[in-house]
Amino acid sequence: MSIFCEPVGLSHYLVVSAILFVCGVLCMTTKRNVLGVLMGIELVLNGANLNFMAFGSPAICGTSTLGLDGQLIALFVIVLAAAEAAVALAIALNYYHTHATVDVDRGNELKG
Amino acid sequence: MDLNVLLPRLLALAWLLPLCSFALIVFFGPRMGRAGRYAAHVATTAIIAACVLSFASLGLWLTQHPVGAAHGAHAAAVPPHINGDWYSLGEFGSLRVTIGYYIDALTLCMFCMVTLVASCIHVYSAGYMHGELHDVFDTFGPTEEGRMIRRRGRYYRFFQCLSLFCFSMLGLVLAGNVAMVFVFWELVGICSYLLIGFWHERKSASNAANKAFIVNRVGDFGMIVGLMAVWTGMGTFSFGDYKVTKADGTVAMAPGIFSQVRPAANEHKLQIPDGMVKSAVGSQASNVLVGKSDAKAVAVAAQDIRDLSAPQKLKDWRSQGLGYGLLVIAGLGIFCGCVGKSAQVPLHVWLPDAMEGPTPVSALIHAATMVAAGVYLVGRFYPVFTPEVLMVIACIGCATLFIAATVALTATDIKRVLAYSTVSQLGFMMLALGLGGWLAGMLHLFTHAFFKSLLFLCSGSVIHACGTNEMPSMGGLRRKMPITAMTMLIGCLAIAGAGIPATVIGFSGFYSKDSIIAQDLSFWAANPRLGGWFFYAALFGAGLTAFYMFRLWYMTFAGNPRDGHVYYHAHESPSSMTVPLMILAVLAAVGAWNIPFTGGLGLQSLLQQAQPAGIADGVSGGLYWSSIAMPAQHLAHEHANAIKAEWAAFGVALVGFLLATVFYGLRKLDPADVTRAFPRLYRFLFRKWMFDELYSYCLVRPMLKISDWVAAVDRRGIDWLVDGSARAIEGIARVDDWFDRIFIDRAVNVAARWTYALGMRLRTIETGNVRQYVLWLVVATVGLFVLMSFFWSYAIAG
Repeated sequence: MSIFCEPVGLSHYLVVSAILFVCGVLCMTTKRNVLGVLMGIELVLNGANLNFMAFGSPAICGTSTLGLDGQLIALFVIVLAAAEAAVALAIALNYYHTHATVDVDRGNELKG
Repeated sequence: MDLNVLLPRLLALAWLLPLCSFALIVFFGPRMGRAGRYAAHVATTAIIAACVLSFASLGLWLTQHPVGAAHGAHAAAVPPHINGDWYSLGEFGSLRVTIGYYIDALTLCMFCMVTLVASCIHVYSAGYMHGELHDVFDTFGPTEEGRMIRRRGRYYRFFQCLSLFCFSMLGLVLAGNVAMVFVFWELVGICSYLLIGFWHERKSASNAANKAFIVNRVGDFGMIVGLMAVWTGMGTFSFGDYKVTKADGTVAMAPGIFSQVRPAANEHKLQIPDGMVKSAVGSQASNVLVGKSDAKAVAVAAQDIRDLSAPQKLKDWRSQGLGYGLLVIAGLGIFCGCVGKSAQVPLHVWLPDAMEGPTPVSALIHAATMVAAGVYLVGRFYPVFTPEVLMVIACIGCATLFIAATVALTATDIKRVLAYSTVSQLGFMMLALGLGGWLAGMLHLFTHAFFKSLLFLCSGSVIHACGTNEMPSMGGLRRKMPITAMTMLIGCLAIAGAGIPATVIGFSGFYSKDSIIAQDLSFWAANPRLGGWFFYAALFGAGLTAFYMFRLWYMTFAGNPRDGHVYYHAHESPSSMTVPLMILAVLAAVGAWNIPFTGGLGLQSLLQQAQPAGIADGVSGGLYWSSIAMPAQHLAHEHANAIKAEWAAFGVALVGFLLATVFYGLRKLDPADVTRAFPRLYRFLFRKWMFDELYSYCLVRPMLKISDWVAAVDRRGIDWLVDGSARAIEGIARVDDWFDRIFIDRAVNVAARWTYALGMRLRTIETGNVRQYVLWLVVATVGLFVLMSFFWSYAIAG
């Protein structure tokens, strides 16, 4: 109960980011559509980003820092995510090209 | 040009021409015309050119050394000769092995004789061997299954071998040292082997070739012993004196064999060479030193070795006869080689079998030239022979002439009669040489070459016409082949020694055989106890010669035909065969005559010129056998002696001729009656004195037995050992194999199977489903965090 009674702090950020993360994971594991899976990845990354923001914020973690390191890493992650999205979309296109579908379950050629 | 330079070159050319022909035919023989028919032209051209060169050389020689000049006055001097070396193969200490020449009147006479006879035989062969120009259906040589053999003709190969033979024979004659003689000695042997086995599909021919080769090896073994004795004792192989360059650059003459044995300082009398004396003293002294007998003897021996070159000591030792044994061994050894090559008892067995070769080969190699090489070498080496060796030569010659003449009486194969006659005549030559008649022996060598090659070629002509060798199926052929009959008659008269006693009119055999008988007679006069045997044996042999030769002629040519079939098919041979016959017939008749208007030029005077120094004088006794006395050679030519010999020889020849006429010519008496009267003797002679049986019993069969034993040892012992070890190794390998398969292979297989099974299990994890992978990722990450949370306490800053 206490979390709802407290002023917004670190735990709340963490909770939101955990929810985002879990949503992303669930999206990745449940979606059969490649684009859905990619969206799930974005969610996971954003969940992580939120974590960085929260831990880096001087309002939350005290004023001993400028609070810029969390934001900096979040920026890196965004750049990374953009690059990842570019590669992943290319893979998705090729996947479609070869399988004539975007269903990830059909791409099981590596089955042992 | 100087004769000393010109003559060796001319003779070398004559010598090498047949070699060129041989080389040409070896490489291009089969391509010389159809079936190599022009090989005959090549070989014949070469030998005729060699013949012309030889006669030209003889003519040149005579301009410088006219005969008669050497007569009498110079009898004790070294005969004129040219010797030298063309090429040095190597020097081993004092021994030089060279390709050299020794040219004297004997060499030139041999050159002329060999090339002349060979030319005739080459021309003759071109006709005789024409059957080889196409495929041959050999009716004489069925295989063991009784199949007839059909094969390619070997015309060119025949001439190839003849050329090689001519080269070898001329090299043997020209050789300037004994080593070279030995090399060519073996070369003529191999030619003989190749030509006896010319029809090698016939078992009898290949056997005969092997026999000839092996029997000759026995003689050659002795010859090698002789060569070693010569080397040890004289330190040189060279016949004549030769130049040596000393260390300080001066050129000096070193004495050859002849000068060492009969130095001019000793008036060319036989003396033990220095080297042989020294070697005998040395070995005697070293025996004493090694034996370590009493101190005095040791001191003497040591002093002897120190004094080895002191001239006075050398003289003493020589007078004690030290080294004489080595000289005897050298002589006997060389003679041993001659026994093999010249088919003397007991090594004569190969020559009659050698008649398996083509008839021209029998004429050239096994009658005229190669078998005479042994006699030639005895003549060449004559200065080295001590009286003991000469007696051995005489005894062997005597036994040979007698045995072979008796065997020739019963032979029915026309070529075998001639073969035994050859052996017998070679025995005559050896006998003459052994009794001191160098001239008589060498003269007979030449006359025999002419009439025996003639006789063989005539028999070849008969065989060519009749297709058989057996005389009992011939007869009356003189009507069919008059030229062959007449020429053969001349040959028979020549070999029988027909002539008018007390004159100089006669066939060539008359001169040589009478001088042999005369030599026997003068030997008898000098040795009353011993000489009679030789004389009567020779006389008896001469009578037998006349008998069996006319028996042969009558059986072949006279009377009525015995086999109508053979007679019907008989025909005179083509002119390529009859012309050589006529040439040889002329030579057989007049070969020993002096050429008119030349002042006594002829074979005899030429040979006289070549007579080695110091051998014509009588010698009384050797060191080991002092009772023999070699008569001086001129004693044989004393009028009383010669007349007696001529009449005796004439008498026995006449008796032989008359007996043959009665038995075979007129057929008044039946030879079968005589055979029946002495059945044992007949069988003994018919089986050739049982020599083949004796050798088969004493040598061949024991040898085969020993080989059987050796083979058994091989099979039972060595094969068993090898097989056993192989089997043991195989067993070990089996155990090894079992261990490999049971343990090592299995361990490896099990590990592999496990790995495989594991892989098969693990493959199920890999589903290929991306979403599942993600899930596993997440689960693992979460799991890791959960685990971490157990082990780490953490705090959040702030």
